[in-house]
Amino acid sequence: MEDFKVIDNYLMIRLPDEIDHHSSVDISSKADRYILSGKVGNVVFDFERTTFMDSSGIGIILGRYKKVSCFGGKVYAVNADSRIRRILMMSGLKNIVEIIK
Amino acid sequence: MIEIIDREAVGTLTNEMTVEFAAVSDNEAFARMAVAAFITPLNPTLEELSDVKTAVSEAVTNAVIHGYENRNDLVDKVWMKCMLRGDVLEVEIRDQGVGIEDVRAAMEPLYTTRPELERSGMGFAFMEAFMDHLEVDSRKDCGTNVRMCKKIGTNPWIDSEE
Repeated sequence: MEDFKVIDNYLMIRLPDEIDHHSSVDISSKADRYILSGKVGNVVFDFERTTFMDSSGIGIILGRYKKVSCFGGKVYAVNADSRIRRILMMSGLKNIVEIIK
Repeated sequence: MIEIIDREAVGTLTNEMTVEFAAVSDNEAFARMAVAAFITPLNPTLEELSDVKTAVSEAVTNAVIHGYENRNDLVDKVWMKCMLRGDVLEVEIRDQGVGIEDVRAAMEPLYTTRPELERSGMGFAFMEAFMDHLEVDSRKDCGTNVRMCKKIGTNPWIDSEE
């Protein structure tokens, strides 16, 4: 499923194939454990494997953003395909998340 | 009740299916895959497939976490009816949950009653954006019925003249 890795103070999350409400609960709680440990300041969401995402994905990103941004942290999205990018744009997340590539 | 559908444009039924499943979050994936399989004969584009799957996922998620208040109880059921009228897909997703008191407010982007579950409040907005028509019928303590339509397998630059 999803992988978590810490590089410097960046939490890298390799997201699963499909992101919906069912899979989002687990991702959010695991990510929060890393964030609350104080070892990470920024979060990178890697969409390389992701082929499907609904509005639950917005909740994951927004929720992590709220947690890291109060300490000056940033949130990034990498390897998002056109469909994922469209969902990020539609929900106004582009002002919050830096979309790379 | 909000009526956005153009009933004049509805043609004759060419295929139909109904599934009943438990209102548990595992079935969100099942529901959108079932719809995707149902419309495969229409040769949908990847974009159309993704649009329909997202809309269905949103509607079923709403039934599971709002209609049945995230109980994930096997006795709670969701019904999904899919109909094809030529190249138009019609999906109905129905639950017998708590219902929505103010449908108009619920359909506003960013409106959510469950911020603690990190719901973004974008569900109905996505259904509206990804489908051609959306109709929501709900009564408090009776349940909610979401009806959506979308024309499949058409390249707009070819068919727009017809």
